[in-house]
Amino acid sequence: MKRIITVTVLNQSGVLNRVTGLLMKRQFNIESITVGHTIQPDISKMTFVVNVEDEQKLEQLLKQLQKQVDVLKVNDITEKQIVVRELALVKVVSPPAVRAEINSIVEPFRASIIDTGKNVVTFQVTGSPEKIDAFIDLIKPYGIKELTRTGVTAFVRETQKVNTPQLSILK
Amino acid sequence: MMKLTVEETEQVYEEPITAEAPMQLNGADVFIETLHKHQVEVIFGYPGGAVLPIYDALYKNPIKHILARHEQGAIHAAEGYARVSGKVGVVIATSGPGATNLVTGIADAMMDSIPLVVFTGQVATTVIGTDAFQEADIIGITQPITKHNYQVKDVADFPRIINEAFHIASTGRPGPVVVDIPKNMATSMFVTSKEESQEVNLPGYQPTTTPNFLQIQKAAQAISTAKQPLILAGAGVLFAKASDELAAFAEKYQIPITNTLLGLGSIEGNHPLFLGMAGMHGTYTANMAIQTCDLLINVGARFDDRLTGNLNYFAPNAKVVHIDIDPAEIGKNVPTEIPIVADAKEALEALLAQDSPNGNTAAWLESLNVSKEQYPFHYQASEERGLLPQQVLELVHEYTNGDAIVTTDVGQHQMWTAQYYKFRSPHNWVTSGGLGTMGFGFPAAIGAQLAKPTAKVVSIVGDAGFQMTLQELSLLQELRIPVKVIILNNQALGMVRQWQETFHGERFSQSLIPVQPDFVKLAAAYDIKGYKIETFEDAKLQLKEALESDEPVLIDCRVVQKECVYPMVAPGKGLHEMIGVKPE
Repeated sequence: MKRIITVTVLNQSGVLNRVTGLLMKRQFNIESITVGHTIQPDISKMTFVVNVEDEQKLEQLLKQLQKQVDVLKVNDITEKQIVVRELALVKVVSPPAVRAEINSIVEPFRASIIDTGKNVVTFQVTGSPEKIDAFIDLIKPYGIKELTRTGVTAFVRETQKVNTPQLSILK
Repeated sequence: MMKLTVEETEQVYEEPITAEAPMQLNGADVFIETLHKHQVEVIFGYPGGAVLPIYDALYKNPIKHILARHEQGAIHAAEGYARVSGKVGVVIATSGPGATNLVTGIADAMMDSIPLVVFTGQVATTVIGTDAFQEADIIGITQPITKHNYQVKDVADFPRIINEAFHIASTGRPGPVVVDIPKNMATSMFVTSKEESQEVNLPGYQPTTTPNFLQIQKAAQAISTAKQPLILAGAGVLFAKASDELAAFAEKYQIPITNTLLGLGSIEGNHPLFLGMAGMHGTYTANMAIQTCDLLINVGARFDDRLTGNLNYFAPNAKVVHIDIDPAEIGKNVPTEIPIVADAKEALEALLAQDSPNGNTAAWLESLNVSKEQYPFHYQASEERGLLPQQVLELVHEYTNGDAIVTTDVGQHQMWTAQYYKFRSPHNWVTSGGLGTMGFGFPAAIGAQLAKPTAKVVSIVGDAGFQMTLQELSLLQELRIPVKVIILNNQALGMVRQWQETFHGERFSQSLIPVQPDFVKLAAAYDIKGYKIETFEDAKLQLKEALESDEPVLIDCRVVQKECVYPMVAPGKGLHEMIGVKPE
């Protein structure tokens, strides 16, 4: 099962390395990871997506992360009401003859053109990873020359509908 | 007038102009001062280019420094010192090879939760990352094997980093902390200020030491209804100095106790409620108690695989209570019904304060006592067979009255020591448990002796492990501390040989060492008295003499090569499937 985990850390050199190293040592494969400052310049927040098979392994992962001296807070937000966003840049083969057609296809995605060349157009698209997958599927037949995705960043919504499960240790 | 060089001009310029002129020190001086503040009495180390400024400061303001003959010797000695003194062990090595030679000791300290602060030199910040002479990325290398690590990037941070390093190493679950010091940080000028706070402020590091009251109540409730409860006590009891509370707890609720390898000494070896060590080479009684108990109270142990055997069969009927200061250990290997995150001492005190009734454990204790009688450790001695390692250990126990500090490496000699030496008190047992490090025991004994100069320190080593760090005989020669080195010499990597005999059809691939140095002559080369013992009769006389000596002594015991450690839980088997429980 895919989990979205946010980690609030002190913004010190080597922290990212420490967190990813820990995951590597315990054989977790990171699907995506994003890091950036919070409103406090000395505190950063990471969002990462990992595939974890069972609950016990997940709990172990959260505890091991929490154990790091530079880590302030660890949250598994997968089952909460959250906002999740990802950015993708897609360079598509787009000769003038089909450009209008492509534009009309991507319009519902609210993707914007951020660069054009003679035969290519670069789109920027943001949204949930599923939306970006759908966008890419749609545009693929025209020929994708280059694609880069940022990985997801996320946090919990202000209003929560359901309670989320707790670590067994807190029960 | 002499012309000032650029460097000198800069120094003059840096002199701060304030009303109350603060003292000018360089990083190395601040380093030594901060160690003094932490009451560091002894440093184990080895100098080199990158730490020259620090050694220069040591020359001016001496703290006792032990010059090991290899960095690995230095760090194992520091581990022995830390384990026995209860203080933080301090190690210094230079950059590159000096630092990488410490890696085994750092990993060892991490696995066994030993508090160390390890200072490594580093090339100057101006050349870090250029593959400079003697440069190694020790922060990257030690990240997975330290509790935390630091590189000093600004000399102003130096005292704070050292304070934090000592705090992190010694609190919560202890462990090693590495502080990497670029050479120019040791030479940069540091401006002291009186307002500087000594308080450690680490928002991300707040170990929980006080147990949750509800969980304590739940545990007490479980104890009062259990018919076959069992305590498994690990090294966490020793770190928390909770031996008295452990004994009181066991006695109050009449619960039998077993130990992990590293927990030995947390309860007196002859205590009527003690079942002996559990695990791969533990007692049959202890292992069967784990398999049949209905309540397992783990105090400060981490359910290592050498203890649990195959987890699928481990403690099938037991409700598990796990007391540990490290929440990440709870539920890691064994599902836990009642988790208690706390210091072992506080948790046991809280449990003692509960006035819940005892479960009736009389029948359970009776059956365990019968089992203890029926299944003791056993060996078959005869004159023709020659000297057995178990005999040597029984004699060592007898002559030292169970009071000696005993250190070992890993392997057969370690298991026999755990089986046959009955520890009477905590902190008398120093062994490499988690990492299983050959070469650990001898230097650790030197550190242990320095921590307790009046104690009898015995290092039980194998002939192979001893040869990994025997250069530290130089330290014995130099310091004249009365460490007794007892080599259980079977001319083999004993445990490897045993496994090859049992699991690899007696194909003894690279495990026999028929050509050994003459250890007695080797000792003589270091001006240390040596004994060679080949028979039980020799052992009785000479071992006594050697152990009574107040000088360093090396004793080469030529023991039977074919002797195996029994009983044993084979890898992949459950604790109930022990082999070699009774003599064949």
